[in-house]
Amino acid sequence: MSKELSINPLETEAIHIFREVVSQFEKPVLLFSGGKDSITLVRLAQKAFWPAKIPFPLLHVDTGHNFPETIEFRDRLAKELGVELIVRNVQDAIDAGKVKEETGKYASRNSLQTVTLLDALEEFKFDAAIGGARRDEEKARAKERIFSVRDDFGQWDEKNQRPELFDMLNGKIDLGQNVRVFPISNWTELDVWSYIEQEEIEIPSIYFAHKRKTFVRDGMIWSAEDDVVYREEDEIVEERLVRFRTVGDMSCTAAVLSDAVSIEKVVGEIRESTISERGARIDDKRSEAAMETRKQQGYF
Amino acid sequence: MEVLKIATAGSVDDGKSTLIGRILYDTKSLTTDKLEAIETRSKANGFDYLDFSLATDGLVAEREQGITIDVAHIYFSTAKKSYIIADTPGHIEYTRNMVTGASTSQASIILVDARNGVIEQTYRHFFINNLLRIKDIVVAVNKMDLVDFSEEKFNAIKAEFEKMIAQSDYKDQNITFVPISALKGDNVVSTSENTPWYKGESILDHLEKLEAQDVFEKGQARFPVQTVIRPKKDEFHDFRGYAGKLYGGDLAVGDQVTVLPSLTKSKIKEIYFFDKKFDKAGRGSSINVTLEDNINVSRGDMIVKTGEEPGVHKTLKAKVCWMDSKNLVGGTKYLLQHGVNRVQAMVTGIDNVLAPDFSGEDASADALALNQIGEVNIKLAKPVFYDKYAENKTNGSFILIDPQTNHTAGVGFIQ
Repeated sequence: MSKELSINPLETEAIHIFREVVSQFEKPVLLFSGGKDSITLVRLAQKAFWPAKIPFPLLHVDTGHNFPETIEFRDRLAKELGVELIVRNVQDAIDAGKVKEETGKYASRNSLQTVTLLDALEEFKFDAAIGGARRDEEKARAKERIFSVRDDFGQWDEKNQRPELFDMLNGKIDLGQNVRVFPISNWTELDVWSYIEQEEIEIPSIYFAHKRKTFVRDGMIWSAEDDVVYREEDEIVEERLVRFRTVGDMSCTAAVLSDAVSIEKVVGEIRESTISERGARIDDKRSEAAMETRKQQGYF
Repeated sequence: MEVLKIATAGSVDDGKSTLIGRILYDTKSLTTDKLEAIETRSKANGFDYLDFSLATDGLVAEREQGITIDVAHIYFSTAKKSYIIADTPGHIEYTRNMVTGASTSQASIILVDARNGVIEQTYRHFFINNLLRIKDIVVAVNKMDLVDFSEEKFNAIKAEFEKMIAQSDYKDQNITFVPISALKGDNVVSTSENTPWYKGESILDHLEKLEAQDVFEKGQARFPVQTVIRPKKDEFHDFRGYAGKLYGGDLAVGDQVTVLPSLTKSKIKEIYFFDKKFDKAGRGSSINVTLEDNINVSRGDMIVKTGEEPGVHKTLKAKVCWMDSKNLVGGTKYLLQHGVNRVQAMVTGIDNVLAPDFSGEDASADALALNQIGEVNIKLAKPVFYDKYAENKTNGSFILIDPQTNHTAGVGFIQ
C-alpha cells in the first residue's frame, strides 16, 4: 500500500524557515524559555534536520524569577537532545549596574531581559536569534516579519521593514546587525496547543491544573509560593486549583482557575476561552503601545 | 485543519480594518480583554459605536492617524477552517505592502465605497490581484447603509467593475460581488434583511466554501534544495539527504529525476518527513529526499522529474513591482533571489512603466520608482532554471536585493 504524506501547512512553513536560517546565517541560536512556544520550536527544529542533530545551541535568558518546574524541564530537554544550552542571567546585569531592578507593586524583571539578551548575542556573535513569538499574541507582533532585521543596538525599525514575498526570505545583513527569526509567526495559541497534543510533546507541569497558594489582585490570580511576586499584607493567600497559560517571569504571569489536568482538557479550555493569552500578562497591560516600545528597544 | 490566507485591498477609509474587526467580532474571535480595550478606546475617541479598526491597527502612528501603514496579520477560525488575513494598506504609497500581502494569499477582498464607486485605486487593486493571479476575489461594496442599501447603486458599481474584468487575461479568476456594511454587519457573516434583492452569500459563507489547498499551484514538481543533511552519526554514516519544500506537483519514490543546473540524472530513493519514510509527497510539503546515485547536489540546485525540466536561461523578462526609495534604472547590479537560489543580476533595460492610474504603459520611461510596476529585462551571471509566473508561481517569481543596503528592493513576475 502506498503511503502518502499528509501536510500541516503551518508545520511545513516553519520547517522551511528553519532550513533557511541555517543556510543563510553563520551562527544562529534558538531562544529557549522552557515555555510551550519554544518547546514547539525545538520539535520543529528536530523535524527540519533529522537525522542530524539540531545544528544550533539553545539560549535561555534567565530572569531568576522563573518557575522552578520550567528550569528543571529546560535542563532535562537540552540533555536529551544533546544540544548545547547557554544560560545568561538577568541578575548579572543587575549586579553590574547595567539595569535597575523595578520596585513596587508591579515590579517585574521582564523588560530587563533585553539587556542580557543583547549582551549574549554580542558575546557569542550570534547573527540570528530564533524565537517563538506569534503574530496573534499582540497587535505590534502582528506587524512583525519572519526575518526581522535588528540594528547594532538590537532595535526594531517598524516603519522600514523588508517586504517578505512568497516563501522567499532575505537574511542578508551587515556585520553587527542580527536577525530575529519567528518560524511560528502564523500559528495561533490554539494551533500550538493542538500541535503539542497531536505530537505528544512533553511540557512543564505548571501548564496543567495543580493546587497552588495564590492571591488575587486586579481580578488576576498570582502565585504566592515564592517571594518573587510582591504581595501586600491585605492580599489574602488561598489555595486554588490553577494552571498557567504562559510561563514568563513569575512576577508578571498570572494563573487561571482550571481543572485541566491533561493536554486534551487544556486544548478544550483554550477553545472555549474568552480571554486572550497575553491578557494574563501584566507587562502588556501597562499601556497600549507597551509591546511596540519594548520591541524598539530590542526585546524580541 | 485547512488554512486559508486572504489579502484585503481598499482605499483609505473604505473600511478594511472595520470589516476585519467586524468578522472577528461576529465570529466571536475577539476575546473579552481585546473587546474591552476597543470599547475603552472608542469611548475615549468620542465614537458612539465600536471602532473595530482598533483591533488591527497595531502601531502607535497608525492609531494616531487612524490609517493602516504596514501589513498586519489577523487570525481567526471557524469550525471548518483557519483563516489568516493580511490587512494591507490601501494608500497609494503602500502598493508594495499590498503586493507583499497578496503574494501569500489564495483569496482577496477588494473594498469599494458604495458612495464613490470604482475609482483609480480600485483599478490598481484589481490589477495587482490580477498580476499576482489571486484565484478568488470578493468585491465587497461597503457602506451600503449610507446609500440606503440601493440595488441600483450596487448594480452600477458591479457593471463598472465588470468592464475591468473584461480586459483581464486571467480568465480562471472567480469574482464575487457582495453588498455590505462592515460597520453595521450586513452580509458580512450572515445575510442581511436590508438587502432582500441580494440573493448571494455573506462574505464569510463564501470564504468557507473556498479550497484552501489552491495556494500550492498545480503543475510540474519543483524541488529546490535548501540544505544538504549529513548527520555524521554511526547509524546514518553515508546518509545524504536533500531537504527542501516541494512546489507544483508530487514526488514519489522511484521517480526518474534530473538535478539542475548540472543535468545529472538519478532516481528518488527515499522520501523522509522527520523520522518516517513515505512513498509519495505532495506539493507544499517540507521533505528530506535521498537519491539512488551519489551525485553532487548543493543548496540552490533544483530536483525535477526527468522530462519536466524548466528552461535554463541567462536572461529574463519580468513584470517588476518596485519597493525601494532608490529608483530602478538600467545598468544597475542587484542580487537576484529566485526561491532559495541567489545570483548576481544586471538590469539591462526597462521596456515600459505602467501609468499611475494603470490606464496604459509608458514606453519612454527609463526608471522604475517606488510603488511602480514595469516590464524589465535582466541579465544573470549564472543560469537560472525558471518557469513563467503564470505556470508556476514559486518558480516564476524572484526578489531583487540591493547589494548596498541588503534591502528587498523589488519583486519580479517572470513573463
